[in-house]
Amino acid sequence: MTIEVRNVVKTFGAFKALDGVDLKVADGELLALLGPSGSGKTTLLRIIAGLEWPDSGEVFFDGENALDRGARERQVGFVFQHYALFRHMTVFENVAFGLRVQPRKIRKSETEIRARVKELLDLVQLDWLADRYPNQLSGGQRQRIALARALAIEPRILLLDEPFGALDAKVRKELRQWLRSLHHEINVTSIFVTHDQEEALEVAHRVVVMDKGKIEQIGTPGEVYDSPATAFVHGFIGESIVLPVECADGAVRLNGRPLDISADANAAGASTLFVRRHDMQVGPAGSGMLQGAVTHVRSFGAVQRAEVTLSEGKTTIEIDTPRDHDLRVGEMVGLKPRRYRIFAG
Amino acid sequence: MTLQRTRTGSASKRPAAAQAAHHDPRAEPKAVRIVIITLAVIFLSVFVVLPLVLVFAEAFAKGVGAYFAGLGDSEALSAIRLTLLVAAISVGLNLLFGLIAAWAIAKFEFAGKTLLITLIDLPFSVSPVISGLVFVLLFGAQGFFGPWMQSHQLQVLFAFPGIALATTFVTFPFVARALIPLMQEQGTQEEEAAISLGASGLQTFFRVTLPNIKWGVLYGVLLCNARAMGEFGAVSVVSGHIRGETNTMPLLVEILYNEYQFVAAFAIASLLALLALITLVAKTVLERHLDEGDNRDH
Repeated sequence: MTIEVRNVVKTFGAFKALDGVDLKVADGELLALLGPSGSGKTTLLRIIAGLEWPDSGEVFFDGENALDRGARERQVGFVFQHYALFRHMTVFENVAFGLRVQPRKIRKSETEIRARVKELLDLVQLDWLADRYPNQLSGGQRQRIALARALAIEPRILLLDEPFGALDAKVRKELRQWLRSLHHEINVTSIFVTHDQEEALEVAHRVVVMDKGKIEQIGTPGEVYDSPATAFVHGFIGESIVLPVECADGAVRLNGRPLDISADANAAGASTLFVRRHDMQVGPAGSGMLQGAVTHVRSFGAVQRAEVTLSEGKTTIEIDTPRDHDLRVGEMVGLKPRRYRIFAG
Repeated sequence: MTLQRTRTGSASKRPAAAQAAHHDPRAEPKAVRIVIITLAVIFLSVFVVLPLVLVFAEAFAKGVGAYFAGLGDSEALSAIRLTLLVAAISVGLNLLFGLIAAWAIAKFEFAGKTLLITLIDLPFSVSPVISGLVFVLLFGAQGFFGPWMQSHQLQVLFAFPGIALATTFVTFPFVARALIPLMQEQGTQEEEAAISLGASGLQTFFRVTLPNIKWGVLYGVLLCNARAMGEFGAVSVVSGHIRGETNTMPLLVEILYNEYQFVAAFAIASLLALLALITLVAKTVLERHLDEGDNRDH
């Protein structure tokens, strides 16, 4: 099932949660909505589910107007951030709920329902918990039951709101891989909301980066990481060195001193230079285009992370360099970005 | 107000007891503790236990035979019947109104919500006598609807409908007040989940919302019933005190007492006291269930 969102606007009082959002989701895609809290990502998800109604704009499922139908008729599986399992029902009854409330005409027989629930519990590998109550489960188990419950109605679309938000780091990692392989298995068009960039980049086919009710960029994880479309995306995804610069006629200046890099010919005025930490090349003092003194070095994992206080303006930046050349505190170094981006403002 | 459950009460007692057992330095000296506990026991004995014992002592002062003669009197039986009927109707109505009001307030956002919450509390803040007088002003011979009602041969005041109305009004807040905080705390996510799974509004209510609040509903009904059966002020104003017809149990107790029929008066009072005791026990049991419900998710 494809999803199309056209120019959706939603306000809560004076707060503009969504400010003209357009989005197309391909059939079978696994899409991440990524953004800081208050960026409107959950509101967008709830509008697609029918739990919230837009002030204006349109939503289509396979070209069919979804706003004609309420949440009940949309056949959308929704997994809530805090699971929202029915606390007075066993795991089995939770999963069976969607099948039991169907109109009598199309409702499955008790035997069929039992078989289907068993199948779903097997799918999420928790069939041994069928008789437990939600409060007897761990967070990760609850999340998987919530997913099984949503899948019971054979949803045309699966929506997940911060699916791993309430879990500890280790469980999150495991569930991420599990979600990706589950999606591969069931192949239902799925959208999940997250504020965790690592989660979005690792799990999704495409990532939608949102800020202040607007979409900043839509692209594959590689695209949003390597070619951020806006300053916000560059700053939000991955770790960046951010320096305020001045642009004029293609030249770039830092505190009045020209840098050995070029900007777009039409870039002018106050701008911001973004460089990934690992894209800053370290050389001997006097080389490169920026000079600085190493003030702190932390070595762990594949790289060493150094704090360098620039001679220009006394700004301190953090860089990641390979461990083949050990940096020392107090050492003067020359820096040159291998890759960089300049955004106006 | 009786409705505010002291949820922290039982929880805070336990650690305190445990601390005392370990000679907590913060604990009061033994002498102080004995004095305080003695004072509390004396106070409770004089103001709570003693009156209760006296009610039963007076009721049985002239023997078991006199006690049951007092209860078996036709006026007494009529009062008991009337009280049960009035309580059944007002509890039923308030259960319905309370559920609807709490559902609306806890699960939806709408204009005038604060006003509605204030209105629900109104019967608690108005003296019951005033509540009764309001119905006299509305349905009395000189009242707002009086002439119209007279021309249609409808009798509200000094009759069963008036008593039921006044009682329902006075006990209106109990169910709603027991449910609103509970439902607000539970939020709307389970309902949203139910609807996204294809449940209708009614299915959502009966399969998800109601099971989650059932102990709260029972709690509200229990308190509502206790108050409905014991209501004096409002009922006294609208009842007209017609013997064998419009006297509820509390009204009959007063009448009998004023006529120096102490055994009969206390016999009926003992029934009300018994109701209070049963209510108290049931309330304790329900509170345990409610607290368990709260702790489930944590």
